[in-house]
Amino acid sequence: MNKRSWLLWAAIVLLTVLPLCLISAAPGTDVFGGSDDRAQQAIGTIAPHYKPWLAPVFEPASSEIASLLFALQAAIGAGVIGYWLGLSVARERARTSVGNDNGTGAAPEQDQRAD
Amino acid sequence: MHIMEGFLPPVHALGWAAVSVPFLAWGLRSMGRALEAHPERRMLLGVAAAFAFLLSALKLPSVTGSCSHPTGVGLGALLFGPAAMVPVGFVVLLFQALLLAHGGLTTLGANVFSMAIVGPFVSYGVFRAVAALGLSRSVAVFLAACLGDLATYVTTSAQLALAFPDAVGGFATSFLKFAGIFALTQVPIAISEGLLTVLVVNAMARFNAHELRALPVMALRTREGA
Repeated sequence: MNKRSWLLWAAIVLLTVLPLCLISAAPGTDVFGGSDDRAQQAIGTIAPHYKPWLAPVFEPASSEIASLLFALQAAIGAGVIGYWLGLSVARERARTSVGNDNGTGAAPEQDQRAD
Repeated sequence: MHIMEGFLPPVHALGWAAVSVPFLAWGLRSMGRALEAHPERRMLLGVAAAFAFLLSALKLPSVTGSCSHPTGVGLGALLFGPAAMVPVGFVVLLFQALLLAHGGLTTLGANVFSMAIVGPFVSYGVFRAVAALGLSRSVAVFLAACLGDLATYVTTSAQLALAFPDAVGGFATSFLKFAGIFALTQVPIAISEGLLTVLVVNAMARFNAHELRALPVMALRTREGA
C-alpha cells in the first residue's frame, strides 16, 4: 500500500475512534445506542398514541444472537471482498513474473486469460 | 436509516412500496443487461454487493453519541450505474428485515427508497457533476459516496417527518428533529464511507483495469496514476 492509502485508513480509524473518546455518558443515560432507536423514541414524543400495526416476523432471541447475525452479514461481505483481493494480488504476481521471464509485454494477454 | 416494522402508517408504507417497485424492476433489467454485455464484470458486481453487505452491518459510533451504519451502495452505483444497486440494496434490507428485526416488511418500500434508490442515484449524480468539473477521480469518488450516504439519511428523516408531522410546527419541525437524529449522526460515518470507497476504487483500478477500462469511473484522470 502506498502512503496515501495508509493516510486514508488512518483517517477512517480516527473518525471511528474519536467519538468514543470525546463522548462520555451522562449518568443514567445510555450512550451509543442506535439512531434507529432514537428515531423510534422521537416518534413516541411526536405521536404518543401511534401504535405500530405489525410486529417483526422474527426477532433475534437476544442481543447476542442479533450480533451473531450482524457478524454473519459482515463476514459474508468481507469474505467475498477478501477472495477478490487475494485473487487479484495472485493474478498480478503471476502476470509480473511471466512478464519478467519473457522480457516482453505479455501482460495484457495474461490478464485476459485469467478472467 | 431503518424505519422499524409497523412504524409507517399503512398509506405511507404502501405509497413508498409503490414508488420503489418500478425502480426494482428497472434495476433487475439493467443489472441483467450489464452482465450480458460484460460477463467478465460479474465478479466486480459481487464485490460491490459484498461491500454493501459488509458496510451496512457495521454500526459505527458518531459524535452525536449514537451509532449508525454506512450503506456501501455508492461504490456499485459508480461502477454499474445507480439502477443496478436497487436489487442489491433490496436484498440487504430484506435480510435485515427478516432475520434481524431491523427495518421491516411493511417499511421495506420506504427503506429501499432511501438506501437503494436515493443513495445510489445521488452518488451517481454527484460523481458525474464533480467529474464534469474536472476534479480528480479520488475527489469525485469520495464526494459521491459520502453525499450519497448522507442523502439516504436525509431521505429517511423526510419520510418519518411526512408520516409524523409535529402537532405545532408540522413537517418542518418534525424533519429537523429526525434529521438531528439521523443526518447529523451520519456526517462522520459518511466521510468514512467516502474514504473507504476511494480505497476500494483505487484497488480495483490497480487490479481490474482490464474489466473496468470502459467504465466512466476509470476514465477520469488520477492525481498520481494509482
